[in-house]
Amino acid sequence: MATLLRTPLFEIYKEHGGKVIDFGGWELPVQFSSIKEEHEAVRTQAGLFDVSHMGEFEVKGSNALSFLQYTMTNDVSKLQNGQAQYTAMCYENGGTVDDLLVYKRDENDYLLVVNASNIEKDFEWLNSHKPEGVELVNVSPEYAQLAIQGPKAEMILQKLTDTDLAEIGFFRFKEDVSLAGIPSLVSRTGYTGEDGFEIYLKTGDAEKLWRSILEAGTEDGLLPAGLGARDTLRFEAKLALYGQELTKDITPIEAGIGFAVKTDKEADFIGKEVLAEQKKNGASRKLVGIEMIDKGIPRSHYEVFNGEKKIGEVTTGTQSPSLKKNLGLALLEKEYTELGTEVDVQIRQKRLKAKVVSSPFYKRGK
Amino acid sequence: MEFPKELRYSEEHEWTKTEDGNKVRIGITAFAQDELGDIVFVELPEVGDELKADEPFGSVESVKTVSELYAPVSGKVVEVNEDLDDSPELVNESPYEKAWMVVVELSDSSELEKLMTAEQYEEMIKED
Repeated sequence: MATLLRTPLFEIYKEHGGKVIDFGGWELPVQFSSIKEEHEAVRTQAGLFDVSHMGEFEVKGSNALSFLQYTMTNDVSKLQNGQAQYTAMCYENGGTVDDLLVYKRDENDYLLVVNASNIEKDFEWLNSHKPEGVELVNVSPEYAQLAIQGPKAEMILQKLTDTDLAEIGFFRFKEDVSLAGIPSLVSRTGYTGEDGFEIYLKTGDAEKLWRSILEAGTEDGLLPAGLGARDTLRFEAKLALYGQELTKDITPIEAGIGFAVKTDKEADFIGKEVLAEQKKNGASRKLVGIEMIDKGIPRSHYEVFNGEKKIGEVTTGTQSPSLKKNLGLALLEKEYTELGTEVDVQIRQKRLKAKVVSSPFYKRGK
Repeated sequence: MEFPKELRYSEEHEWTKTEDGNKVRIGITAFAQDELGDIVFVELPEVGDELKADEPFGSVESVKTVSELYAPVSGKVVEVNEDLDDSPELVNESPYEKAWMVVVELSDSSELEKLMTAEQYEEMIKED
């Protein structure tokens, strides 16, 4: 068996009762106390996640912007210094290589944050399209990443710094923020549907910051949270997970992240032709929310039918901890995606009734 | 974690409790519910259904995963715990009492002899 990778916080998981699983080659905590409790903490107080498995690439040089414009579906030229952008990278046929964040640190200086399971694939893909005048470096091993998410995230993190965190707007970031004395890149972004921050720091500092944040937040209800809660939180907020909502066979338009595809940007980019066509005429498939009418829980890859005709698949499903309903995201043929349409989900030996409902399932109050 | 001495245990983490001679009550162990995490759905057979030893007879779903239930013994289902329909969390809270799943009428009582004692079961899960 191949050795599983570990983040710098691996030894700490046990202190909090973390239950460790193999997640795409990484040994990561699926939960500490319970998925439901951690989920609830993030929706109402705050949760602390170790997401150090995520990959980071530096892109620098005089051609950095044109390189990113060519490889990313979003319009990277719109980024100001200190701003982050959600984007996809696509193949020529529109299928998705990965979804990622682009941070603009300075002119000709960008940081990309990619999915852990795609680090090697993404690096090779980008490297194969890299022109002269671009330096691309995989700095993943040097960075740890912690995410503090939830309505109390800012209040808790503020205890550890003199920098006014309220000044960091949504999808903005600040570098060299001192958190408990540790230099950190603090970004108001997340993957839970709540307010919060993603914090990038040196691998060697991760344990100290983890402990400092927990110590500062425990009195406010902050809980350490695992991948299980991260998945249910992002699911309710309809945030795509690569490998489920997005794959090499699913375009960003089909997966409902068309907002990250700017087919009207001047620059040519990989996949533009197919994506522009889908934007204009609509894709033949669409990602929708479904709610079970019969008793049962939809899960990834369960088939969806209309009568005897297979019309798609569930990409993610669970019992929503916030709504207590059995919900799924499903990629269905467009004809069956209107709200209220009844469909059948194949759950083991049974075909069970569900209906198309509006999504995201959860939106936080302003 | 508790493993009551009066119960017998299967490799698939079910417990059985023998009642009035021929009947056996079945549920899942404290270890199984802890491994699964928050249980949100239990699917059980109906009264009158026949269970076959080592074959699936239902499923337990946590937030994260689906896990099949394997019959520790063969027999006809005579009772089903309908409380689990509305309160699947009982499996986490009371795996040996409130969250019993089915009662079956044994078709082959010798199957009970293949099951483990509490000590043997504890030994088995320690080895995993």
